[in-house]
Amino acid sequence: MKPAAFDYVRPSTIKETTEILAEHGGDARVLAGGQSLVPMLNLRLARPSAVVDISRLAELTTIEVSPSGISIGAMVTHATLEFSREPGRTFDILRKVASGIAYRAVRNRGTIGGSVAHADPAADWLSCLLALDATLSISGTGGTRELPISEFLVASFTTALQADEFVTRLNLPVLGANARWGYYKHNRKVGEFAEAIGCFIEDESRSVRRIVAGALSSPPVVLFAGAGGWPTNINIDNLRSAVQEAAPDVEGDHIHFHAAAVLRALHSGALS
Amino acid sequence: MIHISLTINGERVEASVEPRLSLVDFLRERQHLTGTHVGCEHGVCGACTIHLDGVSARSCITLAVACDGRDVKTIEGFEADTQMEALRVEFSKEHALQCGYCTPGMLMTSYELLTRFPDMDPADIPKEMSGNLCRCTGYQGIVRAIQNAYAANRNET
Repeated sequence: MKPAAFDYVRPSTIKETTEILAEHGGDARVLAGGQSLVPMLNLRLARPSAVVDISRLAELTTIEVSPSGISIGAMVTHATLEFSREPGRTFDILRKVASGIAYRAVRNRGTIGGSVAHADPAADWLSCLLALDATLSISGTGGTRELPISEFLVASFTTALQADEFVTRLNLPVLGANARWGYYKHNRKVGEFAEAIGCFIEDESRSVRRIVAGALSSPPVVLFAGAGGWPTNINIDNLRSAVQEAAPDVEGDHIHFHAAAVLRALHSGALS
Repeated sequence: MIHISLTINGERVEASVEPRLSLVDFLRERQHLTGTHVGCEHGVCGACTIHLDGVSARSCITLAVACDGRDVKTIEGFEADTQMEALRVEFSKEHALQCGYCTPGMLMTSYELLTRFPDMDPADIPKEMSGNLCRCTGYQGIVRAIQNAYAANRNET
């Protein structure tokens, strides 16, 4: 199918972008890499009045690393992260996750900011960034605000963005040199959207332990949140109970798929 | 209508396009470059794969208007390219095509592999080609053709 008609605007500053978004009062859609938005336009699942192309905002393509944190521009592509030569545990997990997203031609164009703003529960970055406890920089006509990804993801394909706002940066912690992590995605064919995702971070230097289950029908969830983030025993039964508690909508065999994905993520981390 | 200026197969092209026009429809219907095929129109089948600024991209989920100032290369731009010729010969030899619908996309994707990742483990070819669907061959011939091209390159160096 072909998209319904829309206006196309290509702003040259963040401020101009927010003003255009405000003018359209929520009817405009931001175009980053277009790897999710354009299929939705073609299928007419999205029929915006305007498409606002942020691909020429050069400041959104940078990766800034400091001892206190890593800041990734929203327009950084999956391929850039896949081939990043930055040292450190945070980049190790980013490289691993990026390399498994869709197909090479999609990774060449698709962006981390676009993926997060699209908020498909099956997207790899949502689970990974929740495990990392990332915050997002969001720009609007009134300025910039920071929001933890757990508060940003409201529901499936639904975020906390206001009509005049868009995601400009993703801010991640610098994992300690001895931090452990694991990521496992279950899908039937290479490159397809995940049917279950497991991800964990264990960073003793910052006293952080987080286990995440993703690719649910709603945004990813932190498991064992009420128990210090970690089970007393890591086994499939404990993980099944944790998935049921954190994501009560998951039913039947799917409880096991998600628990198994998390268990495999934990095992992959133990071996690394 | 919005005016765009881009490079297609090394030539400067000026055009006026509707924002909703996809790059693949622009290439086929406005530029008469019909070597790039339209398959699923949502970025899954890989038939429309072209190179955008030197790397592979899906032209069915790329807006023509967003290619203003960009460099586009289609299968037609590789006629005199020795690496692409080697791939064409291997595809033919290994029966890596039947109806030919997926072939331009298969060639564009495998060309990127050969030239951008010359040291790639040939065992990764099936994974790397997983974004290009073929309903005729069962893929074995395609994988062999690309393996052969890799082997020929290694023997030459």
